[in-house]
This record gives sequence, structure tokens and C-alpha cells, in this order.
Amino acid sequence: MTEKKDTVKELNEVVIRFSGDSGDGMQLTGTLFSDTSALLGNDLATFPDYPAEIRAPQGTVGGVSGFQVHFGHSPVNTPGDYADVLVAMNPAALKANVKWVKRGGTIIIDIDSFTEKNLARAGCVKDPLNQLGFRDFNIIQAPITTLTREALKGLNMDTKSILRSKNMFALGMVYWLFHRPLEFTEKFLENKFKKIPIVIEANKIVLKAGYYYAETIEALHPSFNVAPAKIEKGFYRNINGNTATAWGLIAAAEKSKLPLFLGSYPITPASEILQELSKRRDLGVKTFQAEDEIAGISTAIGASFAGNLAVTTTSGPGLSLKTEAIGLAIITELPLVIVNVQRGGPSTGLPTKTEQSDLMQALFGRHGESPLVVLAASTPSNCFNFAFEAAKIALEHMLPVILLTDGFLANGSEPWKIPDVDKLPEITPPIVKEGTEDFQPYRRLDKSMVRGWAIPGTKGLEHRIGGLEKMAVTGAVSYVPENHQVMVNERQEKVDRVVDAIPNLEVMGDEEGDLLMIGWGGTFGHLYTAYRELKNEGYNPSFVHFNYINPLPKNTHEILKKFKKLLVFELNMGQFANYLRMKFQDLEFSQFNKVQGLPFTVVELKEKIISEIGGK
Amino acid sequence: MVEVNKLSPRDFKSDQEVRWCAGCGDHAVLSSVHRTMAEIGYPKEKYVVISGIGCSSRFPYYMNTYAFHTIHGRAIPIASGVKVSNPDLSVWVVTGDGDALAIGGNHFIHGARRNIDLNVILLNNQIYGLTKGQYSPTSKFGQVTKTSPYGTFEQPFRPIELVIGAQGKFFARSIDNNIQLTKDILIEAEKHKGFSLVEILQNCVIYNDKTFGAITDKEHKQDRQLILKHGEPMIFGKNQDKGIVLDGMSLKVVKLGENGITEKDLLVHDAHQANPIIHLLLGDMNYPDYPVALGVIRSVDAPVYEESLLEQIEKVKSSSPIKNFKELLYSGNTWEV
Repeated sequence: MTEKKDTVKELNEVVIRFSGDSGDGMQLTGTLFSDTSALLGNDLATFPDYPAEIRAPQGTVGGVSGFQVHFGHSPVNTPGDYADVLVAMNPAALKANVKWVKRGGTIIIDIDSFTEKNLARAGCVKDPLNQLGFRDFNIIQAPITTLTREALKGLNMDTKSILRSKNMFALGMVYWLFHRPLEFTEKFLENKFKKIPIVIEANKIVLKAGYYYAETIEALHPSFNVAPAKIEKGFYRNINGNTATAWGLIAAAEKSKLPLFLGSYPITPASEILQELSKRRDLGVKTFQAEDEIAGISTAIGASFAGNLAVTTTSGPGLSLKTEAIGLAIITELPLVIVNVQRGGPSTGLPTKTEQSDLMQALFGRHGESPLVVLAASTPSNCFNFAFEAAKIALEHMLPVILLTDGFLANGSEPWKIPDVDKLPEITPPIVKEGTEDFQPYRRLDKSMVRGWAIPGTKGLEHRIGGLEKMAVTGAVSYVPENHQVMVNERQEKVDRVVDAIPNLEVMGDEEGDLLMIGWGGTFGHLYTAYRELKNEGYNPSFVHFNYINPLPKNTHEILKKFKKLLVFELNMGQFANYLRMKFQDLEFSQFNKVQGLPFTVVELKEKIISEIGGK
Repeated sequence: MVEVNKLSPRDFKSDQEVRWCAGCGDHAVLSSVHRTMAEIGYPKEKYVVISGIGCSSRFPYYMNTYAFHTIHGRAIPIASGVKVSNPDLSVWVVTGDGDALAIGGNHFIHGARRNIDLNVILLNNQIYGLTKGQYSPTSKFGQVTKTSPYGTFEQPFRPIELVIGAQGKFFARSIDNNIQLTKDILIEAEKHKGFSLVEILQNCVIYNDKTFGAITDKEHKQDRQLILKHGEPMIFGKNQDKGIVLDGMSLKVVKLGENGITEKDLLVHDAHQANPIIHLLLGDMNYPDYPVALGVIRSVDAPVYEESLLEQIEKVKSSSPIKNFKELLYSGNTWEV
């Protein structure tokens, strides 16, 4: 043990990618490693990378499932660009992931899986091991399958069950390499397999076998430690963007004292929100799995008319289908939250990959003059805050709000300091009380232009609403030309005045200078990491990130005009840049765009910024 | 929910001028609905009337209740959202053959399947009226319309087949000009818990006038309509001398007294029979081979969606350790720094 301690090297941050066949349990392996690291006090971010096919043929590149974790002593805001350690359980996993390993990185493979058959399945003409630059990587050829069998020889188990615990061997190795204790994982196994003690025993044996194997082989020395990060005190849990979104909506329902209704149709990568809320019958949540996207939003509009906090969730193609109904919510001025978890498009596009290409659709994708509020979450955990905020704005201003998240936020997870529920702001929708005299459905109640919400069942407030243009104040059908202008103006003004309810934009770095990095939505982690690293390296960019898209924060122009160069980063062809050009015609915007279904890498962002800035 | 009946049909009329064409069958249906609601006796604020798009969908503006004129084809899901959110409301959908069976066809079958407690009035005039005369999914095969100037070659839907095919539990049919029958049926629809579909054969005076003329014709209507009543033998005709018997796999019109046929040989209407075969045969009867069946053809009890949902919520609430949002936040894997 003393010898081991002598060879421990301290690291600031590490990225590990676990990869294998869909059936190899890599998501669980990665999650267990992340949980252990979180419990040790590291900051971290994770991202799963699984195939769109549910069960792609075993051993093929299409069937490779991966899980990346980035953990550190310093703050961690992304799952990491490139891996320090790759675990590859078969040739296909190696083939698919080797391009994501840093030069000099460690690659742990199960050498037993490098059979002729598996190589052929992975489509390897030659053995990929021979093609790797051995000088570039530290390759550990571990006989994982053999040693797993060996370790479980004494137990009366069938081959299939034995092989299922291979992932624990790899996990044990990685635990040794990074000085992590086994106890959290052991506890997890004890809980998970309570009813099948032999599985607990087998997994624990294999986990330890991996741990000791790593200790024994010289190639893995020295081992590393990543000290705990400086983290704010409090209770934490891991959360991904979709769960955070679902929970933000539940919190908003509780704060507004309204029932929560979700009308939705399953679609990747948004389905988990519907699934999570469907579990929450214990909190009285009503979920309605509709027959299609249109019925999803339509049931929500009905629920909104009936006085619920109404929500529909979807992804790009679904948002397209919902557009007509969104127009109905706009003209009737009903509160509605529309969550769009963006994915690669157009059409079916890249369902499991991330993109920011629905911005223009969210802002303008409807017929007629149909403004609404658009928000965008920027980290997995702040999906909670912005789902809450979307509900608050929708309810207090009586209008539909589109919340944009994306596949990267939806599936990415990070430790989240559990919020103090009592400190969340109150939500006070303008519900009209029974006995209100001279109620008029479209009378503006105050400066925010909000109308009253008269809920069916309330005596004396019977009224009719609908998709036809309505007379100002009374809401009766009206074809009067001047009235249409009045109502169009009012609906626009109503959205514009939401600006009074949202916070100002904050600049990171100097408030004036040569270069302002501009981002919005799910790219925050990468942009912020690039910004922080550049500052540490002596460069001096400033950075703003938008969560409020329409309306834009009041001080936006004030901030932007103070920079010589405005550089907009986004995962599309320049939709936000074009929106800013439309809004601020006196300013010039440059763009940096990527549309590959992948997040930015910090490396490419830094390169771009350095090339723009020139010197330090 | 039932209160002393103190409202009159007039109380359900809104202040809006009714804008259907003179002679349109919708006027009579509106009158039936006003009478129905008064007779049911709920206070006005308990009623919600929801429509899609089409002539019939103007309905909500003429109701002095809560009402919502929505978008084409989506009345049923919007009404579903209302009912599931607040099961105490009496929720009515007014739709047409285009709204419900063309653009809203998917919602129609899923509405029937889910069995949400909605009363759906389907005004079937076999034509598109609001868009001025194109054929609809219920237009007769071969019908000449603006978009089928040489005749259609599409098979029309029969609403009852869709309802039964989609596990629907309530189907009734009336004719616009029979205000009393329509009212009686609508009251039955309200009493029935679940998705109640009431098809009303409705005359479009402008674009499809007298499409039901052969059935509604005063001279012959008693011979061409069979008004079904649960538990009663199927007798019809001006002289009450005709009846319906089951003949092998199909129905047959017989004359009482001929070939020794007596009332005992006739089918007795059983609207509560879960097996839908006879209901389907009855619903499919058409002039000139048969009389057209009116009245409540099918009314079968089954679990109602929103009630099941509420039961499930109560059940999960009582067994779950999570009682509020805060407890959810701290559930599962958490740690302290």
C-alpha cells in the first residue's frame, strides 16, 4: 500500500470515456464512476452517447454505447472534449471512439474481445490495435473476459451471467487508476440486486478483481488522484436536463397552486420529460399521452382553458406539427408552456444528436402576426430554473412560452445543489374571482397588458373565446379592420412588456473591449470553459450568454455596442446572429457555427477566439 | 351536481346574432341543445361547449355558457384536456363530418377509444359547407360536388363503424328537424359516463339540400325511420306494422301478420349489450333497403378515462413516500458537501 501511495500523481481534471456494446452496461458503469466521484467531492459533468437503434447488431460500430465523464478539482462545465482514458470493451468501441482520445491518453481494452469474428463485425479490415500509434497512447491490453471467468469460477453461474459482470472488472481497474474507493458501488450493488444475492457477490468479486489487477500491472502506474473541488456547501444530487425540466414544472405548479397537466406525444430526445412526469402521480400530476403531437398541445390548451398549468413537450418535428395550435394559444391569450428539446434537423434528421437549429421556428414559425416568449436553458441543471421561469411568465402574462433546451442538455447530467423550495418566487396568475362585476375577457388589467383568466366552473363569468379575431375588451368576434390592428398591437405589446419581468444581461469580463463572445442556450458550458481558460492564459475576451431570447433583456444593445467585435457562437447556421442583426441594425455580428449534431469542443472555440483576437 | 331546474332554454342563448343560413338544420340543433341544457338543470357555469372549424363549429358563440371555438379538427383533444383537468364540468363538443372525420379523424377514433366523458354532437351534412360545397368523408359515393364535378369515387365513412371499431361505448343518431328526439338523445348522452357520440343528420340547405330528403319527407318518414328504444321491439311504419328480424348474418324488414310473423319474432333493442354486432347492423341500415335507425343505438358502461386517472392518482399518492416537491428533491441518491 505504501508503494502505491508513493506513485500517486495529482491531477486537476480528468475525462474518461467508457464504451462498449449496447449490452455491455457502459451507461451504468459510467454512472457508478460519476456517483463515486461526486461523493468524493469532485465537480463533474457527464454525457451519454448511445446509438439511435435500440438493439443494433452486437459488436458493430452502430451498436456502440458510450458514456463520458469529466471530473475535476477545478470547476467542470462540460463533459470534456477529449478523453484521458478510454475503456473499450470490443473492437467496435475502440474503432468508434479512438478519435476522441487525447494524445498520450490511456486506452484500456478487453483483449479477449479482439477475435477475428469481432473484428469483422466492427468492420475492421486489419487489427485496429496494430494501426494505433503505440507511441501516442498507453494501451492496456487486459484479458478482461478471461479474468472475469477466472474470478467467478467458484460460483455456480452460467456463462451469460458471468460475462454480464465484465463491466465491473473495467470499473475496478479505473477505480484503482484514480484512487476511488469501491464502497459506494458495493452499496449500490447491494441495493440494486437485493433479491439476487449471487449477483451482488459476483459483481463485487469482479470489481475487486479488476481493482487488484490494475494494481498489479506495471503499465498502469503511476495512479492518479483528483482532489475534491471547492464546492458550495449544501445537499447535492445528480440531475440531467430532462429531469430538471420536469421538476421545474412541478415546482411551478406547487408555487402557483395549480394542478399540472402535460399533454405530450413521445419523441426523442424529449420523451423522458413525459416519462418523469408520468411517475409523479404521487404529486397529482396529470399526464396525457396523446395520439399525436397536435393532440398533445390541444389537450394542453384545453387544460389551460380549464385553469391548469398546462404544458406540452416535444422536439423539432413535433414543434412543426404544433404550430397551428400555438397560434390558437396566442390569439386566445391562454397560458401554455411548450418545451422543445432541440435535435438535429431538418425532418427526422439526427434524432439522438444535439443542435440549436429550431430558434427561428420558435421565434417566427407560425402564420399571422404571432409573437410569443422564447426562453433557452443553458445547463442541464438550470433547465429547472428556466422551466419554472417559463411557467411563471406564461401564467402571469397569460401567453404561450416556448422553452428551448436540446439533446445535449437533456441527456447531460451534473451535480446540482438542491434548491430551497421556500425561496422560489411566488407565481400569481390573474385568475378572475367569482362576483367580479362587469367581467370582460379581453380587458387589459395593468401595464403588462395581461387579461383576466376566468376559469370554467366559476359562476357568472361564462364567456366565449376562440380562434377568430376578437373585439378588444369584449372578446366578441370582430371583423372590424381597425380592431384587428388594435388586437395585433396589443398581443405584440404584451410580449414586449415581459421585458420588465426579466433580469438584465450580465457581462463576464470587461464591459468594453475588442471581442465579445456571444452564446445562447445549451452551448454555455463549452463557451464558458473556453472563456475561463483563455482568461487564465492571459487573453482578454468578454462573454455574454442569453437565456431570454424574446424579449431580449433590456440592456442588450447597451452591452453589445461597447465591443469592437461581436462574435456569435451557435450550433446552427447563424440563426441567433441573424435575429440580433434584425434587432440591432446598427451593429455588426460575426459568426462561428457548427452543425454536426455535436457540441462545440473547447479546443475549437479557443482556437477561433485566439485567431480573432490575435495576440494576448 | 344536479340542481333544481330553474333555467329555461332562453337562459342558454348568447347575445350573439346567429349567422347560419336561413333553413340550415343547425338552427334546430341549437334549439335542441338549449332545451337539453335547461332540462338537465346544471347551472350555466358547469357547461363547456367546444368546437373545431366548420359551419357547425360556430355553435359556441351562440351558447351562454363557457365555450371555446378552436381550430380545425382539434375540438375533441381540446375538450379532452378540459374534462381531464376538471371532471366536474359537463363538456360538449360540436363538430361536423369534415372537422371530426377528415382533419380530425385521428382524434375522433382515439377519443372514442379513451372513453373520456364527453358529449360529442356530430352534425353530419355530407358536405363541406363553410368552404362552399366540396365533398366530405361522408358524401355519398358518386356525389357531384365542386371538387368532384364528375362524381366522387371514395367510399364514405359511416360514423358508427368508426365509433364501434374504436371501442366506442355510446352511439346515438337523430335528425335535425326532430327537436324532441334530439333533446331526448342528448340527455341520454349526458347521462352516459364516457365518450358519447351523437350523430345528427343535418340538412345543408345551400350545398347539399335534401340529402336526407327521402328519410325526412313528411309523407314517408314513419316508414323510413326506425326510432329505437331500449327494451322495446323494433317496430316502425305509418301503421306500426313493420319490424326488424335477424335473418342469418343480417337484418331483414318484415311485415307483421305476413307469413305468420308476430311481434314476438321481432328483435328487441338492447342498447346495453356489450357485443356490438347488432348495433353495427342497426347503424348501417339505410334507405331504400331499410329504415334508418335513430335513437340510442349503443350505450354500454365501461371505465371512464378521467375517473381511472383520479383513482390512480389517489392510489399512488397513498402508497408513495413522496408527498410534496421537497421530498422529491431529496429522494434517491443525494449527498452533502
